[in-house]
Amino acid sequence: MVAHLLRLKLTLLRNGFKRSPWQLVGVILGALYAVGVLGMLLVGLVFLGSGEPDMARTAIILAGAAVFLGWALIPMVATGVDMTLDPARFVPFAIPMPQLLAGLALGGLIGIPGAVTLLASLGQAAAWWQHPAAMIAAVVCAPVAALTAVVLSRLTTSASTTLASSRRFKDLSGVIGIIPLMLLGPIIIGITEGLESSQDFLPALAETLAWTPLGSIWAAPGDIAVGQWGTAAARFGIGAAFLALIAWLWKLSLARALVTPPYNAVTRRGAGRLGWFSRFPATPTGAVAARALTYWFKDPRYGASLISIPLIPVVMAFAFAPAGDFGFMLWLGPIMAFLLSFAISADISYDNTAFALHVTSGVSGRADRAGRVIACAAFALPVTLVFAVAPFFFLGSWQLLPATLGLSLGVLLSGLGLSSVVSARYTYNVPLPGESPFKTPPGSAARMMIVQMLGMLVLVLIALPEAALALAAMVTGAPLFSWLALAVGLVLGTALLVIGVRAGGAWYDRRAPELLQAVAINR
Amino acid sequence: MPDAARRGDARTAVGLTGTIGGAGPHRPQPAAPALALRGLAKRFGGKIAVNGINLDVPAGSFYGLVGPNGAGKTTTLSMATGMLRPDYGQVWVHGTDVWAQPLAAKQLMGVLPDGVRLFDRLTGEQLVTYAGLLRGMDRATVASRVADLLRALDLAGDAGTLVVDYSAGMTKKIALASALIHAPRLLVLDEPFEAVDPVSAANIRDILHDYVASGGTVIVSSHVMDLVQRMCDHVAVIAQGNVLAAGTVDEVRDGASLEDRFVQLVGGRGRSEGLSWLRTS
Repeated sequence: MVAHLLRLKLTLLRNGFKRSPWQLVGVILGALYAVGVLGMLLVGLVFLGSGEPDMARTAIILAGAAVFLGWALIPMVATGVDMTLDPARFVPFAIPMPQLLAGLALGGLIGIPGAVTLLASLGQAAAWWQHPAAMIAAVVCAPVAALTAVVLSRLTTSASTTLASSRRFKDLSGVIGIIPLMLLGPIIIGITEGLESSQDFLPALAETLAWTPLGSIWAAPGDIAVGQWGTAAARFGIGAAFLALIAWLWKLSLARALVTPPYNAVTRRGAGRLGWFSRFPATPTGAVAARALTYWFKDPRYGASLISIPLIPVVMAFAFAPAGDFGFMLWLGPIMAFLLSFAISADISYDNTAFALHVTSGVSGRADRAGRVIACAAFALPVTLVFAVAPFFFLGSWQLLPATLGLSLGVLLSGLGLSSVVSARYTYNVPLPGESPFKTPPGSAARMMIVQMLGMLVLVLIALPEAALALAAMVTGAPLFSWLALAVGLVLGTALLVIGVRAGGAWYDRRAPELLQAVAINR
Repeated sequence: MPDAARRGDARTAVGLTGTIGGAGPHRPQPAAPALALRGLAKRFGGKIAVNGINLDVPAGSFYGLVGPNGAGKTTTLSMATGMLRPDYGQVWVHGTDVWAQPLAAKQLMGVLPDGVRLFDRLTGEQLVTYAGLLRGMDRATVASRVADLLRALDLAGDAGTLVVDYSAGMTKKIALASALIHAPRLLVLDEPFEAVDPVSAANIRDILHDYVASGGTVIVSSHVMDLVQRMCDHVAVIAQGNVLAAGTVDEVRDGASLEDRFVQLVGGRGRSEGLSWLRTS
């Protein structure tokens, strides 16, 4: 039965390749990357092993604990990271629990993350090339460590799916999950700075972690290397006991999950709350705008990009402010405009087959395009204005305000026009409605990157006039250039927006059925 | 029997024949049928999904489209409603060419597609309102019709619930409401009764019968023969992309039950020894 489950996982993987060659390319690239990382890791470990054993021990414990944390937490946020062997699918089959558990756990080692974890923990042996006994211990500990990682991730997923069976929780966790990801850079900077200031911190942290389940299995070989056999045995015991404990907990939660299918508690609500639909004009354009705006707030896939708005200045501040350079704040407005205006370039892909309603209703291309632009502009315009103006309160000098405003609005308007054309012409696989915003469907990355990169390149080109004038204003400080940038940004941007909506609308009118068939492939 | 009476009314409509392939395309007569297909064909890769279908759906009829799984029903209806561009052939709705004047033709049609998503982050009420406003209707009319539809389809209590939280049957009903909101002259419903409970299905049938009695035309696809025989006055049998038979239900079933006639036309009933190991005793 265990062999069956493993074969199933391999078959699913292979069939995925058959369906989309791009997925194969993606996996091969991922594997090459993983091999590269593993190689560097091994070299690093050998190098570590040539020095003091304490140093290697500290590094291995910290890295190992981080690996455990990653396996435990990432699947909780990114629901559906790898659910090819979703336990819920085995409910109808009477598979004995021990075999199901073993199959799922071993299945978790198939695939790049699992294989890398297993190989990296085996690679720990390389660090102990001066201590044969420790090497053997590392090889013994490696499977325990890798299994602990996989079982941890399974435990947290099955525990959180019971929690997450409510759609609201799923939506929320998807949106909130983006915060730590966005702030990863600043967090790492903060941690490394903190570490640089206190040299003893790391070894102390490692020493503490070594007595917790997170670090003990990683610490055992190191203990042997320094000759503390008793401690090593105790730590191995802690690690093994932890694996047994989480496996038992996983079994409990899985057994519970298998007999309690997810239930969605829904409060019934009567009529009378039309939301944005009662605030926008009762025209097709107004209706599309109201629908799109509702989605910006209700659909986690849009929500994830909304919530990243306030985080961007934080990230930029961490990148530039330490150098004492606050000039970056001038670019907040244009960058915001750039990102927001491009956010609707995949709008029809996000609709997926719900777009059929637009096709069967005979919505005109112009109404569809204009509605989506209005919805995006409804918050993109104020946000851009705030980010363009606010920095000047900090900087004190208001001379460049017209230039920044002109560049921001120019980019926003022309970007919206460009997005109107792009989304009527190109579709690509995006996370499906109701899925986690993190889930990238197989084979989508390459096409998406190409369309997005080209689109952004075009956006830079068409915003070049106001950008050149704004730059001239910054360099020369002449108010004339500043005001010219504002005028050109507004006029050129508006013209490009109108052209974009019309061209995109015409394209849409010709190709709406083809667009529908294109998004229908991704479901 | 009220059903029979309704059927009688509708049979006064224009003559109707579905022919298999071959017949040269010609423009429909001025007394245009509600839906006319001529030489409609679609190929997906190497597989011919629809093989040159000709079909007239008379105005005022309750038309059933039956066929085994994969017969090309959904493909045909997608091409008839402007969702999938045909490789060959033409479609007219009340004399308006769907692929030459799509906007005008779509105003005449209400469509319930099968297997597509809805804008399910809207509430039921918002979704139907959206469908109405997309059709360019004014706010007051939309509001009163939405209230009527939600009540008639027994969804008033869940009007403010997000469609994503609806059950399968409720989702089907809210999609039907979205197709009805602009009072179309032709209703094209792909599998409208799937997952719908018997009480709601009976209510929907009543609504559709009233609609047909008042001059509207309904096309439903289904593989529930019994339902089609009771509900529809006309039927076309489609298999492997061809029309095998078309006409009034009585003509097509020719004395037998529609189900028997269907099996006879389509074939494929297994007469083998069956699954002997499946017997429990």
